[in-house]
Amino acid sequence: MRMITAIIQPSQLDRVREALIAAEITRITVMRVSGHGRQIGEEMYRGQKVVPSLLPKVQLSIAVNDAFVDITVDTIIQAARTDTGAVGDGKIFISPLEECIRIRTGERGGGAI
Amino acid sequence: MKRYADVRRRRVRAGLLLLAMLGIGQAAAWATNAPAPAVNSGATAWMLTSTALVLLMVPGLAMFYGGLVRTKNVLGTMMHSFSAMAIMGVLWVVCGYAMSFGKSACGGWCGWDWNYFLMRGIDEKVMPSGVPEYVFAMFQGKFAIITPALIAGAFAERVRFRTYCVFIALWGLLVYNPLCHWVWAPDGFLFNMGASGAIDFAGGTVVHVSSGVSGLVLALFLGARRGYPASAIQPNNLVMTLSGAGLLWVGWFGFNAGSSVASDLLTAQALTATQAAAASGALTWMLIEALHQGKATSLGVASGILAGLVAVTPAAGVVQPFGALCLGAAAALACFTAIQMKTRMGYDDSLDAFGVHGVGGIVGSLLLTFFIRKSWMAAAAAKTGAGAWGVFDQLKVQVAAVGIAVCYAAAVTCILAFVLDRVLGLRLEKEDEMSGMDHCLHGEQAYGMLNLG
Repeated sequence: MRMITAIIQPSQLDRVREALIAAEITRITVMRVSGHGRQIGEEMYRGQKVVPSLLPKVQLSIAVNDAFVDITVDTIIQAARTDTGAVGDGKIFISPLEECIRIRTGERGGGAI
Repeated sequence: MKRYADVRRRRVRAGLLLLAMLGIGQAAAWATNAPAPAVNSGATAWMLTSTALVLLMVPGLAMFYGGLVRTKNVLGTMMHSFSAMAIMGVLWVVCGYAMSFGKSACGGWCGWDWNYFLMRGIDEKVMPSGVPEYVFAMFQGKFAIITPALIAGAFAERVRFRTYCVFIALWGLLVYNPLCHWVWAPDGFLFNMGASGAIDFAGGTVVHVSSGVSGLVLALFLGARRGYPASAIQPNNLVMTLSGAGLLWVGWFGFNAGSSVASDLLTAQALTATQAAAASGALTWMLIEALHQGKATSLGVASGILAGLVAVTPAAGVVQPFGALCLGAAAALACFTAIQMKTRMGYDDSLDAFGVHGVGGIVGSLLLTFFIRKSWMAAAAAKTGAGAWGVFDQLKVQVAAVGIAVCYAAAVTCILAFVLDRVLGLRLEKEDEMSGMDHCLHGEQAYGMLNLG
């Protein structure tokens, strides 16, 4: 089992979600976060060009069984890229997932994802 | 890109034409020199306040609608109201007031008066009611502002901003100004229909029916939002919606009571009717929801408030409190039903512009006939040669007025929709609709998240 953490542009959220649902990855948690990588961006604010300290992003957390890692990652990359790819498109992190438990029934393991 | 250059060329030509007209008008205009009546400072003070109250309704409407859409479209939706303030505000001063309240021109289709062009001939004019004409003109201008903003509720989340701006400018000129002239100008044909004119105290037909119907036409023309009705589209901020509804309720006292253009008994009657209808509408909707689905919702209360207020808008000056209570309740019932039917019919009138404003306006304009106070009917009877004027006589006039407003607004909106869609493109691209109006049209983000540090 793996936990896939994807940080994407907020404007791409709907595209990514629709693409994931179409690929039958339907269990997802979405958060609004702030951050930046090398993209520090420039904005116009009240007539002046300013560099914001943190940029708004969206973070997706998806727990998957090993067999679904590739399809999930590929789908996200495809849908989250803006145009042909721009600085700030985001990153995907994959971490091992130790355990997964369904609260309703108490079942554990891959079947509970 | 090519399209925009076309539009720009057209706008330049239109601007040159306007300048030419200005030159001709300059030669023809001259100010009247009649002795001015004294300023009634009581009436003027109230009218000034009303003007401010009605303007406050527009940000109130922005909040009401803004809270109902998805987060990614909040600013875009609120911009519909704010840009209406900007565009219609300017247009009203330039030619809106002239077209609405000038003497009938073009066979009565609209009015015109070179003295009202740029409102330049009324700098010192005081009307017979003792209110400076500036105040009256500005008060009426607020109505012209809020009406197109109401339409925006029907096509929330899926229209292009530039096209929207052009649309409301043209709609204001071609639908609102003529309709306003027909109903409220002393020589308008609906003002003079029947014994004492079609009853539209504060804009049931002019504002709500016209915007509701136009909204419906556009909602049908544009089609539903992506994912409607399969995926649930939730409001992002009902706190803002309720706050907006509160601002609208309070502002409506200016809308209705201010339409008496005085500070007297009629004003008091209008204010009372307004309050009664709003409360009745809210209570009725609460009860309907409690019975129908077991829970009263905050959005239901807000909708009920609006339904009651819309229905009493044409009636505020002619019905007594009992009538107002009935109108509010009837409107809540009718609008609730309309919204249920909308779901069943499957069209996407996103924020119920037609469901609440259109239906409420029609219900109010027609039902008020059965609650008109006796003194009004007696005065109307005295005006007719025959000396009799019954409820059904007035009902015929009301039906005619509503029918004309519906047909005219629908027809012109239809034409505008087709033309603008061809020239500028009306609906947002699929990708832009998914990314959200705030990001694509305005490059902004509504709620914080920029300054976490």
